[in-house]
Amino acid sequence: MDEGRPIFVQIAEQLESQIIDGSMPPESQVPSINELAAFHRINPATALKGVNMLVEAGILYKRRGIGMFVAEGARERLIAARRDAFSDQYVRPLVAHANAIGITPTQLAAMIRKEAGS
Amino acid sequence: MTAVIEVAGLTRHYGKVHAVEDVTFEVEENTICGLLGRNGAGKTTLMRLLTGQAFASAGQIRVFGESPVENALVLSRTCFIRETQVYPDSFRGKHALRAAERLFPNWDADYAAQLATEFNLPLDRRIKKMSRGQRSAVGAIIGLAARAELTFFDEPYAGLDAVARELFYSHLLEDYSKHPRTIVLSTHLIDEAAKLLEHVIVIDGGRVIINDNSDALRGTAVTLVGAKSAVDTFAVGREVLGTDVLGGISSVTVAGLSPADKAAAAAAGLEVAPVSLQQLIVSRTRGTVQPQEALS
Repeated sequence: MDEGRPIFVQIAEQLESQIIDGSMPPESQVPSINELAAFHRINPATALKGVNMLVEAGILYKRRGIGMFVAEGARERLIAARRDAFSDQYVRPLVAHANAIGITPTQLAAMIRKEAGS
Repeated sequence: MTAVIEVAGLTRHYGKVHAVEDVTFEVEENTICGLLGRNGAGKTTLMRLLTGQAFASAGQIRVFGESPVENALVLSRTCFIRETQVYPDSFRGKHALRAAERLFPNWDADYAAQLATEFNLPLDRRIKKMSRGQRSAVGAIIGLAARAELTFFDEPYAGLDAVARELFYSHLLEDYSKHPRTIVLSTHLIDEAAKLLEHVIVIDGGRVIINDNSDALRGTAVTLVGAKSAVDTFAVGREVLGTDVLGGISSVTVAGLSPADKAAAAAAGLEVAPVSLQQLIVSRTRGTVQPQEALS
């Protein structure tokens, strides 16, 4: 956990990542609040906030008395959202850093192709 | 939400020392609340006031809706684990647990025995012969196994090693999840304990300076590092918690930045670093004189 950002946001992001990489497929059960709290050594109220973020976004849904489950189509929607954020989050800082040390966009593109090909 | 503790205008003076000064706050039922602050900030005095072991000079205290002073109904639901608990000379570890069993109606003897094994506590040893860490373990075990509706831990782990502290945190969370109750934890190991806390109260010089949800507090402050001129330009009109200057480089800790502000800072060429709860509290309680006050 990174101390500087709200922990409930990080809990939500970790669950999202597990849905995206397929380790939590649709209709699979998500760890309970107490399991998340014990595993990350965090206050259960914080874990609940993280899970509720995903419930409100329709990524998870509650079955009363049973637990939380991954919604149908959650993975596709998360991937779409992360693609939208990709440019702001990664490409813009990358170009800025490259520019600061004199790497041109053409050189940068070549570097990316080389990295991807290796 | 029900408040278990309600304090208004609470003040305690010892002669000329203002140990607690006009303090007002509430603690909600079934939360883990951190009471943080520097040594001598007034944490222990506040907890003694809340458990009827000290008397207020002014102000109101309500615990479970009533004054805790000489109030058996309130105190039987309360457990106060002190950093410097004194036991009779002849007491062994097992005697302390047996005494606790009589005091606390929800006492779980099996759980206490399990904790003693996990903490490696020699129950047959006289408490006065125990190491500091072992004495702290006695307190931690009593505080957990008492399952009191309201538990105060005042620096519960003086002398406990890192392994024992982790054990304490795990048990606190696990048992709190199974048996929800209100816990007030005072500590100066803020980084370690931060994740356990739902609410944070910071006192400094006897006054409450932060009283907020810990998730809300985290991420409210950032440190900006960059060329002094750029940092100074950006910091104008903002709440600056601390400043460090090294040659032409300046580092300021600023509160209350929106995501747009952070993006603007990054666009201005400043390095934006998150501030942990501990760093935030250190910068708020460092006791540095603000420049404008120094000038006047």
